[in-house]
Amino acid sequence: MREELGSVQVRDLGVDLEEFRLCDVNLDVAAGEYFVILGPTGAGKTVLLETIAGLHRPLKGRILLAGEDITHAPPERRGIGFVYQDYALFPHLSVAGNIAFGLKLRKMGRGDIEERVTTIGRLLGIEHLLHRRPGTLSGGEAQRVALARALVVEPRLLLLDEPLSALDPETREALQRELGRIHRELGTTTVHVTHDFEEAVALGDRIAVLREDRVGDVKREGRIVQVGTTEDIFRRPANEFVARFVGVRNVFRGQAHTAEDGYKLVMVNGVEIAAVTELEGSVHASVRPEDIVLSRQPLLSSARNAFRGQIVDISDRGTIVYITVRIPPDFICMITRRSLEEMELREGMGVHVAFKASAVHVF
Amino acid sequence: MRALFADRMRAAFVVLGSLLILFVAWPLLRTITATGPAVLWQTLLDEEVRGSILLTFQASFIATGLAFVCGVPLAYLLAWVDFPGKRLVEGVIDVPIVVPHSAAGIALLMVFGRRTLLGQAFSIFGLKFVSAFPGIVIAMLFVSLSFLVNAAREGFEAVDPRLERVARTLGASPWRAFWGVSFPLAWRSILSGMILMWARGLSEFGAVIILAYHPMVAPVLLYERFESFGLRYSRPVAALMILICLATFVVLRLTAGRKRGRA
Repeated sequence: MREELGSVQVRDLGVDLEEFRLCDVNLDVAAGEYFVILGPTGAGKTVLLETIAGLHRPLKGRILLAGEDITHAPPERRGIGFVYQDYALFPHLSVAGNIAFGLKLRKMGRGDIEERVTTIGRLLGIEHLLHRRPGTLSGGEAQRVALARALVVEPRLLLLDEPLSALDPETREALQRELGRIHRELGTTTVHVTHDFEEAVALGDRIAVLREDRVGDVKREGRIVQVGTTEDIFRRPANEFVARFVGVRNVFRGQAHTAEDGYKLVMVNGVEIAAVTELEGSVHASVRPEDIVLSRQPLLSSARNAFRGQIVDISDRGTIVYITVRIPPDFICMITRRSLEEMELREGMGVHVAFKASAVHVF
Repeated sequence: MRALFADRMRAAFVVLGSLLILFVAWPLLRTITATGPAVLWQTLLDEEVRGSILLTFQASFIATGLAFVCGVPLAYLLAWVDFPGKRLVEGVIDVPIVVPHSAAGIALLMVFGRRTLLGQAFSIFGLKFVSAFPGIVIAMLFVSLSFLVNAAREGFEAVDPRLERVARTLGASPWRAFWGVSFPLAWRSILSGMILMWARGLSEFGAVIILAYHPMVAPVLLYERFESFGLRYSRPVAALMILICLATFVVLRLTAGRKRGRA
């Protein structure tokens, strides 16, 4: 039933709109991949997605979907689903009517349509909303409906334009997990655009970083500055922009399970990190470099996490210094220059790191 | 209510504003109340009056239909597409509101008159405009199309353009996206524009009288009766027309008053 999954190749794409232009965008998204485009809030990422969907005419370059050149195909022939940040539901149609919109265009029988709408409704947990009007839905519900509407026609590619940004934090987290689950279940090739680093890390198989610059008074220009795995992006930022945008952080992937004393333990490279969270299973954990206490002697403190490691790198940034300590996972710690001098830290030295369980953010 | 008289300034404003309301309402009510229901009924039975009112309705209806066919697409373009000369086009659409309507009639005569190129071309198909029904239609069309185009444009402007984009990605051609999404969402505005245009067409006098004194539309009939027989004979016709126009206006306000479902 499902059409062939689409790999996407974008070659030297250039788009020039009145207030924004994209230059030489090259992307390769594998079939079934969850690909995230990360960049600061701005018009550029939406323009890129809309161009892939066929809503803007590119100035140059080519777009291939499942090997087929679709650069000049009208949007309705591309088989690309689109979900906007603020849902863009049809206000004059019920939820069911919204979801069935694409199916009706495919001249499907009434029974088939109903069945497909119910099935996708169940997948997204919105069966009970089918008769409602979009105006009566909460943000999270509306975004599920928008997802259902895009997915029910079984697109070769799904484009998500900041799909979680308009939601409150709690709903966002729930829907973020949902996106991951749906992607695992349907395997639809997905390109997801966001300005949120954690969202990108949690969902993306790979990440592309889009940079925007001013050109002239009003115009902005966007280009892709790095493409890689999550690891690549935050361990080996391609340039100053990526490093600044992503920030310096400790992000680990691990398995979370409940410990006897009520804490969650996240297993990372054989090290168990205590954290406070509801989540279990495969998770990401992050600790801010400034939350880690570095000492030469073991400290007696309330911090639940205390490890011994070795300094492998000292990066001097003026008044502050970043110290990388290998436990085996590498922890980046931030200290002041004065501490560095007082403690007489050097590469290769054995040190202790400690941080509170509440300083660990699990997502 | 209390907020209206919160201080002296507001109370003064209430008095001044009321003068204007009274200025409109008083003559209208006076005309209607001066005519008894029996006389009104008799007027309605008058073949000439009835024929004329019907003619007016029909002509305005057809003018509205023509404006719908060409004006809705124009309104759509004005709402969503930026093109050079857009301001000029918007100006052209508003011009009929500001030119004297008798001047509009003369202008139409210059293009659709008997001896003109268009007039002669249309006469091949048996269509003439001077002293004929089509002349009434184009006179009404000219002076009232702005109402429909502007209302429809506002209707389309209120529709999120991304809704059409989503429809396109779901498999809709541009036509289907228009009929399935933008048009139904702008429909209420378009409809209220149509009613307003139709009502405006009914009352048109200046442009119509220059192109077609005969057949007589209601305002022309009213004028003729006033000129030939005086106030006494023209008043019932006036009362009847005011009532009909008020009724359509109420319908208009009711349609426009019901707000679109929120997005």
